[in-house]
Parts: sequence; C-alpha cells; structure tokens
Amino acid sequence: MNQYQAEEEILGKAYDARLMRRLIKYLAPYKLYVVISIILLLFVSALQLAGPYLTKIAIDRYIATQDISGLSRIALIFLAILIVTFFLRYLQIYIMQFIGQKVMFDMRMKLFSHVQEMSLSFFDKNPVGRLITRLTNDIEVLNEMLTSGIITIFGDIFTLIGVVTIMLWLDFKLALISFAVLPLLIYATLLFRQKARKSYRAIRTRIARINAFLQESIVGMPIIQIFNRERKNFRKFKELNHHYLEACLRSVFYHAIFHPSVEIIGSLAIALIVWYGGGQLLKGVLTFGALVAFIQYVHRFYDPIRDLSEKYNIMQAAMASSERIFKLLDTQAEVKDPELPLSISRIQGEIEFKDVWFAYNDKEDVLCDISFCVQPGEKVAIVGATGAGKTSIISLLARFYDPQKGKILIDGRDIRDFRQKELRRYLGIVQQDVFLFSGTIEDNIKLGENKMNFEQVEESAKYVNADRFIKELPQGYQEDVRERGSLLSVGQKQLLSFARALVFDPKILILDEATSSVDTETEILIQDALAKLLQHRTSIVIAHRLSTIKGVDRIIVMHGGRIRESGTHQELIRKKGIYYKLYQMQYQF
Amino acid sequence: MTFIFFLINLTQFKLQIIEKLLTAMRINNNLARLKTYLLRHKRGLILGAIFALGTNFFALLIPYVLRYTIDGLQTVINKETLLLYALLIASISIMGGFFRYLMTRRLMGVAFQVEYELRNDLFNHLQKLSLSYFHKIKTGDIMARATNDLKAVRMLLGPGIRNLLNTIIMGSTAIILMLIINSELTLYSLIPLPILTVAVIIFSSRIFHRFKKVQEQFSSISAGVQENLSGIRVVKAYVQEENEKKKFKQLNQDYMNKNMSLVKIWGPFFPFIMLIAGIGIVIVLWFGGQLVITGEISLGQFVQFSGYLMMLTWPMMALGWVINLVQRGSASMGRLMEILDQVPEIKDSEWTQDINILEGEIEFKNVSFAYDEKVILKNINLKIPKGMTIGIMGPTGSGKTTLVNLIPRLLELRQGSLTIDGREIKTIPLKVLRKNVGYVPQETFLFSESLKENIIYGLEGFDEAKLRRAVSISALDDEIERFSQRYETPVGERGVTLSGGQKQRTALSRAIIREPKILILDDAFSSVDVHTEEKILKQLRKFRERRTCILVAHRISTIHDADLIVVLKNGEIVEQGTHKELVASGGIYANIYRQQRLREGLEKIA
Repeated sequence: MNQYQAEEEILGKAYDARLMRRLIKYLAPYKLYVVISIILLLFVSALQLAGPYLTKIAIDRYIATQDISGLSRIALIFLAILIVTFFLRYLQIYIMQFIGQKVMFDMRMKLFSHVQEMSLSFFDKNPVGRLITRLTNDIEVLNEMLTSGIITIFGDIFTLIGVVTIMLWLDFKLALISFAVLPLLIYATLLFRQKARKSYRAIRTRIARINAFLQESIVGMPIIQIFNRERKNFRKFKELNHHYLEACLRSVFYHAIFHPSVEIIGSLAIALIVWYGGGQLLKGVLTFGALVAFIQYVHRFYDPIRDLSEKYNIMQAAMASSERIFKLLDTQAEVKDPELPLSISRIQGEIEFKDVWFAYNDKEDVLCDISFCVQPGEKVAIVGATGAGKTSIISLLARFYDPQKGKILIDGRDIRDFRQKELRRYLGIVQQDVFLFSGTIEDNIKLGENKMNFEQVEESAKYVNADRFIKELPQGYQEDVRERGSLLSVGQKQLLSFARALVFDPKILILDEATSSVDTETEILIQDALAKLLQHRTSIVIAHRLSTIKGVDRIIVMHGGRIRESGTHQELIRKKGIYYKLYQMQYQF
Repeated sequence: MTFIFFLINLTQFKLQIIEKLLTAMRINNNLARLKTYLLRHKRGLILGAIFALGTNFFALLIPYVLRYTIDGLQTVINKETLLLYALLIASISIMGGFFRYLMTRRLMGVAFQVEYELRNDLFNHLQKLSLSYFHKIKTGDIMARATNDLKAVRMLLGPGIRNLLNTIIMGSTAIILMLIINSELTLYSLIPLPILTVAVIIFSSRIFHRFKKVQEQFSSISAGVQENLSGIRVVKAYVQEENEKKKFKQLNQDYMNKNMSLVKIWGPFFPFIMLIAGIGIVIVLWFGGQLVITGEISLGQFVQFSGYLMMLTWPMMALGWVINLVQRGSASMGRLMEILDQVPEIKDSEWTQDINILEGEIEFKNVSFAYDEKVILKNINLKIPKGMTIGIMGPTGSGKTTLVNLIPRLLELRQGSLTIDGREIKTIPLKVLRKNVGYVPQETFLFSESLKENIIYGLEGFDEAKLRRAVSISALDDEIERFSQRYETPVGERGVTLSGGQKQRTALSRAIIREPKILILDDAFSSVDVHTEEKILKQLRKFRERRTCILVAHRISTIHDADLIVVLKNGEIVEQGTHKELVASGGIYANIYRQQRLREGLEKIA
C-alpha cells in the first residue's frame, strides 16, 4: 500500500523526451490521420483569423465608401468562411478523437495482453486494484493528453504564428509595438507555471494523505468506535483536511492573480495600439479598419498563451501515467518460454520431480529436496498438514513458478523445454476454490473455447454428475452464474469445475481437493465423479478425503516441505508414522 | 472574433436557464442541501457577487473608451487626448483585473470552503454509522464518493457559480448597453437565439446520455479486468489467455465505439456554437455596417457593439459547461447524501439513562440476529457473571464474532435482550459502555502511527506506568526493546512490517491499557505461537480478576482454563460447561480437543 501510494503520487516533468518518443510510436499506425488532422487544424486556424481582416476590409473599403452591396458581399464571404470552418473543425475534432480512441484501444490491448502473459508471482506482488488503474485511468489520462493536449497545442501554436504574421503584414511597426508587452506575458506565464506546479503538487500529496487516512478509518471503524476515538480522530481528519484547504486556496490565489494579469497585459497592448496606432491614423498612415482589426487580433493572441499554461497540468499528469504504464510494460515475466521450445506431439504422462527446491520470493523454502516419480496412468495422492507444501507442487508442475533448484520432467523431458501454454494444454488443473467467470454455466465449462460444441459440454457435465443440478436451473446450461452464483452450492461448483477439467480431456490431471464439507448426497456425487475423472489419467491429487486417498495407487506424505512417507494406505497405516497420525485426526488435513 | 453574437438573445436564454435551474433546485433536494452550506458563506458569496459586478463594470468600460477613441479620431483629436485614452484603457483594465482577482478568490474560496465542510461532515457522519453499514457498503465505494463526487460538487460550486454569476451580470449589462447603441441592431442580433437555445438543450441532454453510456462501459472494462485478474489462475491453468484477450478486445471495442458515438454528438457542439456566434458577427458587420453608412450609429459605436458581442462569447459558452456542472454536481451531491442521510443506527436515545459505572455482568436472553435473511444467531441464552472468564468456541461462521460484537454495540441488537449489570444495553450511554470494553478483534487493525500511539489509542492522557504494564502483560516488551525506534516505531500500512503475532499483541496491549471491566479477545492469539500464548495467558490471570473476560478461540489451549466454555454451531449454543465437563461429555468440544492433541503431537515430529 505504501509503495502503491508513493507510485500514484509521482508527478514528474510535463515533458519527457524519452517517454514521448515511446508514446509517439503508438501514433505511427495512424500517421495519415494525424497528418490530416494537423492539416485541418492549420486550415481552421487560418480561417479563424479571417474575421478581423474581413472587418478591416468592410470598414476601409465599403463602409468608408458607403458601398452597401460591397458590404453585403463581404458579409456573405464571411458567412461562407464560417460554414466551412464549422465543417472543418468538426472533421478535425472527429479525426483527432478517432486517433485518440484508437491509440487508447491499442494501448489497452497491449497492456492487457502483456499482463496476461505475466507469471503468477507477478500477480502475487501486484494488487488487482493497481493493475485495474493502469488499464483504465492511466490510459484515459493519456487519451486526454493526446486529444486535448498535444494536437491542440499545435492548434495554439498555429494560431499564434498566424496572428503574428498577419499583424506584421498589416502594419509592421504597430505590430512590433503591440508585441512590446510580450516579454511581460511570457514572464507572467513562466512565473505562474512554476508557482502553480508547486501548489498542484501540494494539493496532490495532501489529498492523498486525506484519502489514506479516510480509508484507514473506514477499515478500522470498529476500533475507532469501541475505543471512543471518534472525536480525536475527527480532529485529526479536520487538520489534514485543513492542510488540503490551504493548499487549494493557495492555488486559487495563483490562478486569481494569473488570469487577470494576462488580461491586464492584453489591455496594455490595446492601450499601446490606441496610442501609437491612433497617432499613425491621424498621420494617415493607418486606416480605421486596420486599427479595429489590430485590436481584435491582440485579443486572439492571449487565448493560446493562456491555454498553453492550462495544458501543462494535462501534460504532467500524462507523463506520470505513461511512466507507470511503461514500467508495467517493461516488466518481464519471471517464468519464460525457451527460445527453441520442444514441441509436444503426444505425451505418455510420466512425471518426475528431481531434487526440487522452491521458495516464494526467495523467502523460506517451501519445498525441500522433493523427488518422486509418477508412472503414466498412475494415481497419486499428496497428503499433509496445512503449510506442508502440497499446493506448491502443483504450481511448479504447471510452471506457474520455476523451482530454484532441481528439475521437473514429463516423459523424461524438462518442462522448461516446452512452451508454457503447450505444457498446460496437456494438464487439467482443478483448483481448490472454484472460480466462476461471469457468463452462463456452459461458458464456465468450456471457458473461452468457442469451437467446442454444446454436446461436448453436456457430455462432460453428465459424466461428472453435474448435469442433474444444471438441468434443474431455470435456464439450464444457459443460466447466468454470476446472477445465480450465490445460489450454486460449494458442491455444485466443484462438480462444475470437474466438468470444466474433463471437457479439455487432459492427459495429466492435477486436483486440489476442496476442504469444505458438503451435504452427503452431493458428497456421493463428487466421489463418484472424482473416480471417473481420475480414470486412465496420470493424476496427482492433493487429497483431503479419506475415500479419495483410498482410491489412489500411492500416497505421498508431506511434512514441513519434505516428503516424509510414501506408500499405499495399508502400508502407511502399518508404519504408524505421520500418516497414521493424520489418519487418526479423522483426516482433517 | 469568431464568436460573439448570441448574447443578445442572451437575456431570454438566460432566464430560461435560470428558471430551469431554480425548478431543478426546488425539485432536487440534492441542491437544496447545498444551499444550507452556501448560506453559511452568505457574506463571501455576496462580496463575490459585488466583485463580479465590479469586474464586469470595468470590462464593459473598455469598449466604451474605444468608441470615443475611434469617433474622436474621425473628427479632431490631439495626441494628448489619445494618450489620455490609452492611459484610461490601461487603468480601467488594471482596476478590472483587481476586481477579477478579488472575485475569483472569494468565489473559489467559498467552493473550497464548502468542500472542506462537506468532507468534514462526511467523515464525522461515517464515524457514527454502525458496523452493519460498513458490511453493506464497499470501502472503495465510500472512497469514490469522498473523492470524485466531492470534487464534482466543488466544481458545481466554484466554476459553476462563478460562471453563472458572470454570465448573468455581463450578459444583462452588455445587452442593455447594446440596446442603448441601437435597439434595431440588437434585435437583429437576436435572430439566431432560438437555434442556439434549442441546440444547447438538445445537445446537452444527448451528450449527458451518451456520456453515461461511456461511463457504464468504462465500469464494465474495470469489472472485466477485475474478473480476469481474480481468475488468473484458472485462465493460466486452462491456457485461456488468448480467449481472454478476445473477450477483453470486445469490451475495449465497445468502449471505443461508445466513445466515438459520444464524439459524433459532442464533436460538432463546440464548432456549432462558434458558427452561431460567428453568424452574430456577420449580422453586426452587415447590418451594423449599413447603419454606419446611413449615419445612424458612429463607427465608434459599431466597434463598441462588436466589442460587447466578443466579450459575451466566453460566458455564453461557459453556460453550456455550467449546465453540465450542475447536472453532474447534483448527481454527485445525491450520492453524498446517500451517506449523509444514513441514520446512525446505534446512538444514545431517549432510553439512555445516567449510568457511569459498569460492573461487567453480562446476560443474553433469547438473542437472535440476522443479516438480511441470513440467520447468524439463534436464541442465545447466556449469563456471564462479573469477573468470570468465558471461552467461546465453534467453527467458522458459527456466529462467535457477531455474538461478541453485540456487547460493545458494534452491532445493534434486534431480537431478545442483552443486559449488563441487569440493565438493558440500550440504556447505557454508548461512551460509558465502550469505555468499559476492551476489545481485540479477529483481524488486527493498527493505525499508521507509532507503536506507542497505537497502544495508548483509547487512553485519555498518557501514563507511562500503564503502558509498561500493558506491554509486559502482552509479552511485547522484549520485542519493543529490540526495535531501533522502540515505542516510536511506526506501524500500520506505511510503517514497518510487524509479524502477525506482534500485531495481535499490540492490539492486546491497546485493549488492556484501558483497564476495562469487560475484556473481549476475539481469536486474539491466532498468530501467536503456543508458547507465547501460554505466557500471556498466565500474565493475564491476575489482570482478569474482577474483570469479565470473553475469549473467542479456535485453540483449546486458549480457553481450557476458562470458568465456562460455550460451543457455538450454526448460531446456536450446542454445548457448555467447563473444560473437564466438556471433554468428559464426548461432544464436539471433546472431538476438537482430541484432534488438537494429535496435531500437537504431529508438530513435534517435524
């Protein structure tokens, strides 16, 4: 949480060339659209500047000469330009948004795909919430930068260049004089940006503190209430809230100063135009129209500059988001596929663990020196108390993790020589807690394999005794499990997971038996289904039920990360060792 | 300027909007609630409005000066007058800027102030709500309301009110000034008004509608990712990565399509307003130009008129934004009110009596408890004499925690009677009740403060001796000495990682230090090793004298020497008696006892 928050609070530069170069790459497929958008923007900016110029012509050429038809002509031209601008602008916005959406789509896809390929250790370390934020908010921020940021910055710059050019062209000297206030404007903007950034940062950290405190209080509410701490706690919250308020008011102060300053500076330019331009007009060097046009152009000059400072925050947020996104994209999967994978054509199903040592995140060893072999078609149960390392064996076999030492062989070949996905295609893994996805019962059995037909699904369900309860649901196989998820009992969910495993017809079955007890009737169904499921398959079962254990060929007893005993039920009972003790405990492992 | 124009019709348009807003306010008690907050800042708001008047007054003066300049230039004007005009423009704008500064500070200040107050109220209110509320609502949901919704409300109050005020003042004054120049020209400029009004109304409701769809799809994406990540083990085990990508692609595609459908309608909105605004300029240019030619208005007045149109562009456009802010803000306020209007279930009431001292005799009579329809406790009858230690056992979900949560009134009793010292729990002031209860919850929760702060958490004032004693009873003293910062060691989410056992013992110290009459330990030794547990229990023995103590446990070792042991199953008391009695009776307890003995034996092998 600590780290998480720290990461969310990062606020760096508003422009980072390294990040920007990577971001630009995502625009590459839409180069053409980007070019069109920029060209359109160019036209829009140019057309936008026509207004004051047309006014100038109207005043100087027609109003001054009292030419009403000429005035009407100019008005018509003006109208035409407005309509064209409307369409171009719409088109430009549309294309720009289209690009933004496309890039977002691509990026989100890429990020999601990347996350899918991560090893399980990655998911152990990264909270779900954080990953969701990357895929949603962070990408959204980038979209904002793309659509309201980068491209409109071009627009602002075009407008600026256009205004300057026209002003210089209309009257070089007057233009230069109106630009006299420019240094002031730039100085004000820079100063504001610097101050605003500081206060923005203060706001972010303070609100983060408030939210952390709030979250903690919500979670710890029973303690707060029992210990009568409401008042003290509130005082503390109020204090944090007050700090935040102060930071906000400070930022209001900067904004309150900056915006009027820009206006004042603009008016100073107009005053200069009135003073100098008026003089020129008296001398007959400048026309009325030009004077009016100048005043209007000066107005246009500030908007983009003011805008640019607003864009700063957008850019800053975007840089922080892209930093986080790229960091995620740069994370490598810990379990890697070999460069030259062996292809699996058929497997016999022989499994061997050879001197395997394993620890999660280099902490304490969970598995120590594990060696055992399972013959093709053999059924093996692993038993042991909680924390004995049973589940880790499964995780290693499925290559969710790689062991630190030793190797695991299937048909005599190191599993690291295969592609993970190919390896897993031959394994059927039934986990202890049945996870149901949103969707129908059928979807949950065949998962995403749309090629599978309904008959196959039904057949597997029948085979593992799941068919009966499914048919009793109002919608049968089409019942939505999320809506009815709570109505499915634990036992039913287990049967469903058996059907899921069976439909994929795995060569090797790995099963982590559920510990929770179910009603007797369902229990009988599960036992029966289990026996069928294990038939003709190499199976490893982490067993919790006596009946399961009795039905296997061999039992491996684990304790403290090591294999302590091995043999059939009878042999182990006779041995009076750990297994015997476990057995006595009515098999509540 | 491209835009300008429609301000003319502005009055009418504005009136409509204001009316709409007012009715909305009347119907919508979301906003009515805000009014009470705003009323507290009447002075700030009135000052803000006055400053807004000043701001707009000076802003409107500038085109006036320009008019005299231009008209003057046409006749005779000397350089000095010209300079005077220029200086006038500069000083007017400085005054205007000053007022704008004052206005912004006032109005935005009020908005942040109200946000501050709302956030305080929200927090204060949350602290009054009972545990059952927090079981119903997700933490993330409350967080979302406290951040996003609060922000939306502030946006409504800050930029919303400011822009509304500006539009009203600027619009009405500018139109009056324009009417003074030439009523006919002003009226002509009114022509595009109906189009604009209709357009804004149609656009904004459609935009809102589509925007909502985009938001919904956004939630679907989040939900999709959440599901995928929660089920990642299944995904990997069944090699469903590619199919999951396909599924996600569909969600992503839908999101993009919905966004584009929003763009289709939102995209032309702004250009359209610009177009209408531009048409206003064209009308002024064309008709106003003719008026200049016929001499009905001067060129200066023409410029002045255009100036006003230009000025009105921004507030007019802001109006559309304001509508949006009001819509979102009021929806958000509604979501905040869902919390604020939650009536605290557990509080002192008319039944509360003046009780100051508790002895600690607890009696449950026919107590039942249900969550929604799920029955947790069924007809519990249990008497715990003061000073007695009672052990409660039972499988997960048997109702142990619910039972003990009723005692400090974390949950409200709905059926049956629960008395302390023979008095109904409702009659005891909440403060007094809780002051007398020391509670160590099942899931240890420590705050992001120092170890010391966490331990003296419920203590009024600090007492070094008490601290030492509590820590020593909890067998935490040696370990604290080993921390480099000792009692100042930061803990909680941001602090050092304490082991589960250390956390539990800290929580135990926190309960002990209050010297409560009733001590409740809900599975408080689950992460403490058996050896340390034994030590703590021994040290607790003296402390437990004259205190009623309730030990909820899974381990026999925790409770075997309790005066009375109660076994719960499916919300009912199924066995009770002393350790000896229960072992002898050969029931559930005896069975668990046997198993635990065996397990201990097993542990010794390893």
